[in-house]
Amino acid sequence: MDIIVCLKQIVDLKQIRIKKETGEPVLEGLPLVFGDMDINALEEAVKIKEKSGGKVIALAMGSAKLKDTIKAALARGADEAVILIDPLFDAAGSQGKAAILAKAIKKIGKYDLILMGEGSTDNYSGQLGARLSQILGLPALSYTVQIEMAANSVKVTRNMEDCMEVAEAPLPAIIGVTSEINKPRIPSLMQILKASKKNLTEWKAADIGLSAAELGEKETVMLSNLAPPEQRKQVLFEGKTDDNIEKLIDSLMKEGVWGR
Amino acid sequence: MFEILIFSENKQVAFELLSEAGKLKGALNARVAAAVMPNSDVNDYFGYGADKVYVLEDAALAEFSPDRYAEAFEKISNQNGTDILLIGSTRRGKELAPRIAQRLSAGCITDAIGISLKGSDLVAERYVLGGNTIASESIKTGKKVISVMPRAFKTGEKQTRSGEVARINLNLDASKIKVLERKPKSGHTANLEEARTLVCVGRGLRQKEDLAIFEKFAGSINAELGCTRPIAYDLKWLPEEREVGLSGKKCKPDLCMVFGISGQIQHTVGIRDSKIIVAVNKDKNAPIFKISDYGIIGDIFEIAPKLVERANTPKS
Repeated sequence: MDIIVCLKQIVDLKQIRIKKETGEPVLEGLPLVFGDMDINALEEAVKIKEKSGGKVIALAMGSAKLKDTIKAALARGADEAVILIDPLFDAAGSQGKAAILAKAIKKIGKYDLILMGEGSTDNYSGQLGARLSQILGLPALSYTVQIEMAANSVKVTRNMEDCMEVAEAPLPAIIGVTSEINKPRIPSLMQILKASKKNLTEWKAADIGLSAAELGEKETVMLSNLAPPEQRKQVLFEGKTDDNIEKLIDSLMKEGVWGR
Repeated sequence: MFEILIFSENKQVAFELLSEAGKLKGALNARVAAAVMPNSDVNDYFGYGADKVYVLEDAALAEFSPDRYAEAFEKISNQNGTDILLIGSTRRGKELAPRIAQRLSAGCITDAIGISLKGSDLVAERYVLGGNTIASESIKTGKKVISVMPRAFKTGEKQTRSGEVARINLNLDASKIKVLERKPKSGHTANLEEARTLVCVGRGLRQKEDLAIFEKFAGSINAELGCTRPIAYDLKWLPEEREVGLSGKKCKPDLCMVFGISGQIQHTVGIRDSKIIVAVNKDKNAPIFKISDYGIIGDIFEIAPKLVERANTPKS
């Protein structure tokens, strides 16, 4: 099984600070990482490869720093990586990003499975797999918690709101995984050292035959991006537990939310 | 005529979308249409505001399939001049919306929590950056697709109305994907999103047995019990239906009481819309106190039994 894993380079969400005065997020200088669910997808690809052979190709688009970020994917067991770096890509919206990745996937050519997180860990829009499925004409199954490979097909268990759905699709197929699917292993020192010796290919827009005109404009325009205002009373009760409880209940009764 | 088309395989969510579409209708001078699965009562949809109902009668649409439905909506949109599609952002709906968008070369915003018109621009709000911020985005393409979070909008009053029924038969091919089985989930009884009172627990719990006192407390104040992701997914102490947060339920109770929860954004997104938030935590610097109305600094295992006692003996 040859498996392409799509990973998204994002800022480390745990380190985001919000400017108090304006509510704006501070993103400059934050470390760039791959999202948690992307790592779950990669781990699953490596597990499938360990069982049925083949290779795992990590595919990511991002800034020039991606050359560093991608090493984490190689250390975690990807056999090779393709990174897509071009200032032209910055103008891409969801449709553009799907078009870029579709071109890269077509250029890679041979694959049985495309794995990714059910959504990116930062924005969780879940558009990529769905859009790719329409461009490439492939079946796509998201919310996957279990994958069973057969020679020409894949069987997955999907975690839906009202049921666990077992579904089967012919290969090649696109699968979005949830974080329940596995617990990613921590790479060993040996794996980390070996990562820099693995095959890393960098493609620009021209390499995948994509022009600015083809990419078009962003379909959506961001008007604002701010932390929601928190207007909480922040009353803290310290001291003797029994007193604290009485003060709390009094307050909740005054708010009209206790004992109804 | 301009058409706003709504769809959700979840009837309740479909009614919420109809009420929101009704608010956009006047300003856009539009017609509101609903697409429904076969065997639906079209009068319900007219009652909640649809002017037109498309009944999906095609054999390939008898069961929900994101690919078949995307193809159907592409055709409906192109044949009827549908410009705006509002899809319920259930998991199935979230699979569907970007597929429709791709087929229509449309801009798409998923998991919207608000929709508005700024001039002639259609603007949607959604959480981004792991729940840290809310982005407000305007869709620039001619056709627009938005998947809307369940419960983002209130259902309107049902009226006695009627309208046009269009039966959709497109002779679509069957899906490449074969659904083999749908297994019911165990413990699917929780209704956290509707709860007026919510008790939430997190990693402050030391072992599964610690749940008992919080279950008891929730029972004593008629609350639903919710939890953070690690409790449901990593430790599996509570069924996943009780996870509250970015990847779980978004709740809007009057009172939300959280115990042993530090206040990571991934969880607090799910309780942010509570009227009153109470936090109990032994760490005075826990970020949860910053988003709480009332907080007690102390040991949750000392405080919970006392709250149970207090709930059972109301002061006269």
